[in-house]
Amino acid sequence: MWKFIVRRLFVTFPQIVLLSIIIFILAQMMPGDALTGLIDPNIDPAAIEQQRERLGLNNPWYVQYADWVKGAVQGDLGQSFRYKMPVTELIEQRMINTFWLSLLTLIFTYVMAIPLGIISGRWNDTWLDRAITGYTYIGFAAPLFITALLMVWIFGFHFGWFPTGGSVAPGLTPGTFEYFMSKLQHLLLPAFSMAVITTVSTVQYLRSEIIDTKQKDFIITARAKGAPESRVYNRHIFRNSLLPIAAFFGYEISGLIGGSVFIETIFAFPGMGKLFLDSVLLRDFSVVSSVVLIFGIAAILGALLSDIILSIVDPRIRIK
Amino acid sequence: MSNKLLEIKNLTTSFRIGDDYYAAVDDVTLTLNKNEVLGIVGESGSGKSALAFSIMRLHNRAKIEGSVLLNNQDIVNMPTTNLNKLRGDDMAMIFQDPLTALNPLMEIGEQIGETLLLHNPRMTQKQRKLRVIELLNLVGIPRPEYVFEQFPHELSGGMRQRVVIAIAIANDPELLIADEPTTALDVTIQAQILDLIRKLKNEMNAGIILITHDLGVVAEMADRVAVMYAGQIVEIAEVHTLFENPLHPYTKSLLNSVPTEGQDKLHVIQGIVPSLKNLPRKGCRFAARIPWIDASAHEENPVLHEVELGHFVRCTCHAHFYFSDESKEDEKNGIS
Repeated sequence: MWKFIVRRLFVTFPQIVLLSIIIFILAQMMPGDALTGLIDPNIDPAAIEQQRERLGLNNPWYVQYADWVKGAVQGDLGQSFRYKMPVTELIEQRMINTFWLSLLTLIFTYVMAIPLGIISGRWNDTWLDRAITGYTYIGFAAPLFITALLMVWIFGFHFGWFPTGGSVAPGLTPGTFEYFMSKLQHLLLPAFSMAVITTVSTVQYLRSEIIDTKQKDFIITARAKGAPESRVYNRHIFRNSLLPIAAFFGYEISGLIGGSVFIETIFAFPGMGKLFLDSVLLRDFSVVSSVVLIFGIAAILGALLSDIILSIVDPRIRIK
Repeated sequence: MSNKLLEIKNLTTSFRIGDDYYAAVDDVTLTLNKNEVLGIVGESGSGKSALAFSIMRLHNRAKIEGSVLLNNQDIVNMPTTNLNKLRGDDMAMIFQDPLTALNPLMEIGEQIGETLLLHNPRMTQKQRKLRVIELLNLVGIPRPEYVFEQFPHELSGGMRQRVVIAIAIANDPELLIADEPTTALDVTIQAQILDLIRKLKNEMNAGIILITHDLGVVAEMADRVAVMYAGQIVEIAEVHTLFENPLHPYTKSLLNSVPTEGQDKLHVIQGIVPSLKNLPRKGCRFAARIPWIDASAHEENPVLHEVELGHFVRCTCHAHFYFSDESKEDEKNGIS
């Protein structure tokens, strides 16, 4: 298994390098740079040109790329033009918020998806299954931003059970119990709204896996051994059906990244997704490229995680 | 004490297609004595496996009527909890395809051990492991301690079938159903598996139902043979009687289809086994495949006639049956 993981890591590294090059090129291709836009138009162009030279913006792209990578590795992703602070520092705060939001979303997703998928798959074509599949169809069809808006309107605005924005109530000291509860309260609604949508694919996946496994010959073998239905389901059907779901876990991360952009914007939640969208709109390039880089690395690591999980749970993949 | 192990009376197994039920096993009556080997032969689709699955009630969605008595306990109407006590303990089954009959994510030892665990809950884990290794030895698997921790994909087809057999015999069943145990294997492995079943037959005190379409296997291993066609038993007799004096046109045709040395053209039975939906429910079901026989030769409602002691044959058409010119010619060509 270690052999497999090491081999898999060898693939991951070039992926990340390639990703960084693509992001850098895309950032270069965007019109304008740090010295356009918010600069006073009355400044002498020669002075701007001098600044360009000083900042290294006239160097060939590979030199600029090398500088950027060197900085990134040392934790220097440049300055945010808008927030007037180092990007690393800015991202750090936001990343913690997004991490908790994603974690809670994942927990909600699995807490909902696994029982629903199991019920739907075990008793397929009953009215209960039809109700669950009906929900998944609606979930597939309804865009996340519509669902999220609806959630804000119903639970945030109409009932007023949850705050509609921010990540913590103002005026609380970090570390206190109230602070923690306030954080959690701010997380619940966005996490639940996202989970309502991300659950859908997992439910469908699990359902079809169970229905598929139910018809396998080894299930008949298990029954012929005298195993009661509960054991047939728990030991043979569910175990074998949950395997692809476990493997899918890493890829969920990519989905969460996409979702966080919408969710955080709608809930005005100060996380990476909102930072990304804000920075794009404000042409805060150093932030945009850094956030995209982190998102990209997270997705690559997610895929890596999936493969590692699969190699652990599926004996057919283990290399001895 | 009676010598009867299994008594099947008027067993009809029907499957639902659309809004109607169609019988895949139609009014089968059979008995199996203790320590007896009963061969069941027939073409694909004649209901052999459906019959085997009905005996253990392994069908998912089927309507089963009639009765199946194992040691005088009726399996058809038994509550599932009682049934589960019999399955894997008093009756067990060897499956057709060893490549799919094992759980791909479970160690071999655990899969065999599961049968033991389910029926001997008091056995310790250590005892169970010892017994599993004993079983692996018994079915001829080399290095059983090593195989114990292996997964099915690490074993060849023949080895997997040995594991399937080990699962079936784990609790010394009284009734062992072997459902085409060699169909999915290649010829050399087939011979090995048959040798194994033969060896086990001598060592175990079990009644065996051997389902196959290999007449050679039946001739060698069975005490009695039932020939099935389109869900019905058309002929049943002691193995010697059946091979020396086959009566039903279907039995004759089957025996005639066995390739012999020096034959250039294989004899084939005209037509195909009718599908469940298109099965004629009246008259002789084999009539359509021997169209040269006059319709008056068949009974209106063919029943089993006992022509000699223990030799039953369905329909009166056997008395008027002859091979068609075409098949006669084949025979001549084959001999010349």
